Amino acid sequence: MTVEDLLKFLPATVLTQHASLRREIKGACAADLMSDVLASARPNAVLLTGLCNIQVVRTAQMADIRAILFVRGKQPAPETIALAEEENIPLLSTPLGMYELCGRLCQAKLPSLEDSLPQQP
Amino acid sequence: MSSLQELQGRKGRPITDQDAREISRVEELSYDLKIYETMTREVKTVQPNSTMQNVLEILRTGRISGAPVTEGTRLVGIVSIEDLVRALEQNNVNAPISDYMSRNVVSIAEYEPVVRAIETFSKYRVGRLPVVDENGSLTGIITKGDITRGILTALQKDYKEEELRRYRASHLFEDITSERTSLILRYTIRAGDYATGGQASSHIKRALLRLGAPPQLARQCGIAIYEAEMNLVIHTTHGGVIRVQIEPHRILMQTTDDGPGIANVQLAQQAGWSTAPQEARDMGFGAGMGLVNMRHCVDKLEIESAAGKGTKLLMEILLRPEEQFKNDPPKPEPNSGG
Repeated sequence: MTVEDLLKFLPATVLTQHASLRREIKGACAADLMSDVLASARPNAVLLTGLCNIQVVRTAQMADIRAILFVRGKQPAPETIALAEEENIPLLSTPLGMYELCGRLCQAKLPSLEDSLPQQP
Repeated sequence: MSSLQELQGRKGRPITDQDAREISRVEELSYDLKIYETMTREVKTVQPNSTMQNVLEILRTGRISGAPVTEGTRLVGIVSIEDLVRALEQNNVNAPISDYMSRNVVSIAEYEPVVRAIETFSKYRVGRLPVVDENGSLTGIITKGDITRGILTALQKDYKEEELRRYRASHLFEDITSERTSLILRYTIRAGDYATGGQASSHIKRALLRLGAPPQLARQCGIAIYEAEMNLVIHTTHGGVIRVQIEPHRILMQTTDDGPGIANVQLAQQAGWSTAPQEARDMGFGAGMGLVNMRHCVDKLEIESAAGKGTKLLMEILLRPEEQFKNDPPKPEPNSGG
């Protein structure tokens, strides 16, 4: 699935102008804690998050996140958008809340790219 | 930059194989790139019931030669500099725009590839096309300039520069003969600078990729050093220094700072333990997972610290044979004795 494909079934707007929407997304991960993203996201995911500061883009770059989707209509600052353009990471914003968004992506059969913790014995 | 220069430099000489590859890439992009990826989103629009005087001002201040006419978000016409000239000739600038605008507007859907826009430009001899979504609402405008810019940006981003840099850097270790080659990268990190914090890690990750490191290794190093860099931003009094030493068989990453130091190093390494201020927590950090994450990414992690003194963090990643940078060790001297 590409970022472009997400736009076909999600109410979302694209915030970047030049970052490519044709990048392939292998799945999704959702977190508001950047350390969780760094610890558990596998490469080539779309990141769903309620945080929208510049460190989200840095985190995405480190963790090989392909695109970032902000929930609840969050709008990042211009510097954040500029960094995302530079790193070619498309930014999107959806009015949906996190639970609703995850639900819709699961229904669309987008796999999870979150590593869960090993089961406690 | 390089693609633009090359396109210009192509004039007046026969097309080489390299040129042919470039041209076909441009053609490919004109199908791949979508209108919405390259259009201008901030469009100056006018309403049908405002006056031609209004058009004059918009064209002059915006330095544009035409504007779409909308009712709500719906596109109903287009008014151009030619329409304005007609109104001026007839001394009628106070007439409503609806008297002069063209109603048969050729528009284009935002999900079409840019090649459709190029075809439409030449078919209708227009220089700009209003862009609409599936409901006919205006979402942008596209000109030939937008398309050229979009294609050049894509060409540049996708390929050229990065490929070239990667090619040059990936031969670094191979091209130098030494018993022990190492490359040292050094960055100064400012305390409390959340806006540029992470930039050094971003440069380090890119450097590793350019040197030919496999993506998984670059990612591992990037994550570990990014957590360490954010620690310098969040916790230090005067910032600190990152030093990365890249050798063919290992990567050493080190941060040093001059305080305030960690009172209980063991406690600091426990998952969930944190002294981060609210500002860091608001940014999604400070959950006490940094050192845990770092340890997960590297083969060896050492912390030297004491309260009131500085902290020194050392991380080492040993490269597996397939990850190692190719280097050129000196050949042994031929044995003179025979």
